[in-house]
Amino acid sequence: MADPDLAALIEEFDANPIGHHGPALRHLLEELRGGPAQGKLVLVCTKPYREWVLATLTGDKRAPVKLDQRHVFHDLLDAERFVFHRRLAARTMALTKAGSRP
Amino acid sequence: MTSAPYITGYTNPMSVAPGQTIRFHVSAEGVGRYRADIVRLIQGDLNPAGPGFKEKLLRTSVSGTYRAQPQRTYPGSCVVIAPAAPLDRLESFTLQALIWPTTPTKGRQIVLGRWADRQRAGYALIIDAAGAAALLIGDGRRVEVLGTGLTLGERRWAFIAASYDADSGEAWVVQEALEDHPALVTRAEAARKLRVKPRMATQAPFAMAAGFSHTDGERSVFHHHYNGKIDRPRLANRALDATAMATFRAYRPGPDQTAAAVGWWDLAAGMATTAITDLSAHRLHGETVHLPTRAMTGHNWTGHTLCAHGAPEEYGAIHFHDDDLYDSGWDVAFELRVPRRLRSGVYAARLGATSGGKAGKVEDYIPFFVRPARGKPTARVAYLAETATYMAYANFNVLHAPESEPWASRLLVIYPDNLLAYQHDEWGKSLYETHSDGSGIAFSSRLRPITNMRPKHNSPFGLYGSSLREFCADTHLTDWLEAEGHAYDVITDEDLDAEGLELLRPYDVIVTGTHPEYTSTRMWDALKAYTGQGGRLMYMGGNGFYWRIAYHPDCPGALEMRRAGGSRTWITEPGEEYQSIDGERAGLWRDVGRAPQRLVGSGMVTMGFDVASYFKRLPESHDPRVAFAFEGISADERIGAFGLIGGGAAGLEFDRAEPRYGTPPHALVVARSENHTESYLLVVEEMGAMIPNIHAPENPLIHADMVFYETAHGGAVFSFSSQCWCGSLSHQGYDNNVSRLTGNVLNRFLDPTPL
Repeated sequence: MADPDLAALIEEFDANPIGHHGPALRHLLEELRGGPAQGKLVLVCTKPYREWVLATLTGDKRAPVKLDQRHVFHDLLDAERFVFHRRLAARTMALTKAGSRP
Repeated sequence: MTSAPYITGYTNPMSVAPGQTIRFHVSAEGVGRYRADIVRLIQGDLNPAGPGFKEKLLRTSVSGTYRAQPQRTYPGSCVVIAPAAPLDRLESFTLQALIWPTTPTKGRQIVLGRWADRQRAGYALIIDAAGAAALLIGDGRRVEVLGTGLTLGERRWAFIAASYDADSGEAWVVQEALEDHPALVTRAEAARKLRVKPRMATQAPFAMAAGFSHTDGERSVFHHHYNGKIDRPRLANRALDATAMATFRAYRPGPDQTAAAVGWWDLAAGMATTAITDLSAHRLHGETVHLPTRAMTGHNWTGHTLCAHGAPEEYGAIHFHDDDLYDSGWDVAFELRVPRRLRSGVYAARLGATSGGKAGKVEDYIPFFVRPARGKPTARVAYLAETATYMAYANFNVLHAPESEPWASRLLVIYPDNLLAYQHDEWGKSLYETHSDGSGIAFSSRLRPITNMRPKHNSPFGLYGSSLREFCADTHLTDWLEAEGHAYDVITDEDLDAEGLELLRPYDVIVTGTHPEYTSTRMWDALKAYTGQGGRLMYMGGNGFYWRIAYHPDCPGALEMRRAGGSRTWITEPGEEYQSIDGERAGLWRDVGRAPQRLVGSGMVTMGFDVASYFKRLPESHDPRVAFAFEGISADERIGAFGLIGGGAAGLEFDRAEPRYGTPPHALVVARSENHTESYLLVVEEMGAMIPNIHAPENPLIHADMVFYETAHGGAVFSFSSQCWCGSLSHQGYDNNVSRLTGNVLNRFLDPTPL
């Protein structure tokens, strides 16, 4: 990660995914959490308090979530970190394509 | 219906006294047989860090296995006028109305007429597939449609009419927008001699906003539901010309219109009820079905008045929705005559599949409340179950809302009940959501399954940890009452609205739930009178007494609310801020001079959905008047720096004291929360203009205030002012400072010595 500011934000998030966040991390999270409901990554609770599966909102009433069984979590904070990093990677790729620095 | 296997249901009534009968309406799919039992619910949270799920099985007549039956729900509001001789006699006719369509291009929508779809017979003024006004005619075999071809404007008033002359067979249909835009074509018409002659006498009723499809048991099923407003619907017994049509737009029929008028419906009359009034000589009165929204601005609303009840001629519109729902109308699966000696409490029918592909995996609990017989309390403490809040949040769903995750400040966690409610939107949504046409949902009913009013339930909008809200969160309180050995009766919001102060008066202490957000005028008055006459009130939650509601006089179990002011997910249209049921100004209690601070000393200031925090004592907690509350709690300890919900006693939604809004001048603010995260945002009603510091750390207003004050005749109020408070009660085997403080207050409130 070349950008020291971004590296600091990642470190801040990984240390505490749910809770106090500084203004810069907050702005980044608001960007990552935005967008339409359809296509959004969510967790589906498959065992109360014990197991969560990564899923995507489909917008389809018959099958509202598409489960990704490759990513099963037993700690919500791990899930938060996983999705944060995945979204960050997608953002970096999009910004690089657009020719701007991430 | 494609759906995951499920079993669910609802009760009627929701609150029942010993000796009375409660009915259980159950539907299941993908299930063969199921077992049903009645259980007493004590603790509904499955969190392994907590005390664990607690229920007590009862032996009742309900226990047994039953055959699962899928039940259909037919949402969509309309007006029904029963078949009548003047309708059967009709030959020539004119149908007309002023309409404000909200989904003109969704497909065929019947505005008014008498149409029997399966018989292919009748006549109706409709919006056709092109979104244009059209006349639909059927003779029992052949169907003919004559449309203008011009798509109606969305959310714009238009006059539409269709006439038919039986002698000549000539039909005429016309539409004209009320707004005049020179650059747009706003008027269109079509005329021709029809080949089909309409059949007048059918099994169908005359209807507005839908057409009759068929019957299912005793239920009439309607379809081709119209979305939008209808104002001044009329039926004439001849083909009116344009001039005569104009006279039929008047509010009341004049002498020259009486002979031609068959139906002259005044949709403003009886707007508080389900009654529809016909001002014609035929008196073809009717009823609304599934609670369309009344007291809506009409085509001629001037803005000079804001309340429908003072100007019915400007509020002649009803807004219909194809997903309105009052009564699901499911069959009764079983019933229970409540045993005379059954303790008052929170109960549920526990249902579990015993055969079929999901035996042992599909279950549900249908909660209900056993209250004491009227005027016969069985305890000194009454827990006021916030059933109005449960109904307001009924089937609250986040899957379709892009704002859900930013609000939650963490990943959305979806639970099975969210998916079930999403797949079964025919069961109706919450008061936080919008109808299929984008307009706000103003009615909720308990005559439908409420998938999030369940034990074992978690919410995407709870906090990290036990992500509980409303019903399930309230079981933390019943668990504590049981664990600490406090006897209590259970009464509900609906009981309080119906019976007022007399319901509360026998009790020494009233204990609220964690989120008593929705309050009718009768409830508010009763609680205020109770504390003013020496009663003692423990407000155990946050965001209490915030929105005004009204229970429907004709539809037991239904309530109305409109989002006027406040922090809201939809906004009432201009001129529609007054409730149809009672003519009261809807929205925030604060906006009608009854801020929550006037009732309980504190009122809503923020909400957040990540983690909770703790309280610290303030100097006023050392006042001898309130010393009883803090016995065993040191001056500087953090109160509730632990808890199942978000890890703290202060969080989710909470309240602050504010003398300007009504916190009594002698009230003691005894503790205050601190160290809240950035996800806690200032409520919009605390901002006159936009301000930058709306996050908790920067905004000094964002804190929970614990408040105590005495009321007249030895009464008192103690407000914990946070929705998380009860989530901390069970920490360390109920031995903690939240439990201690709560117990100190309850024990002192049970002591008859005046405070």
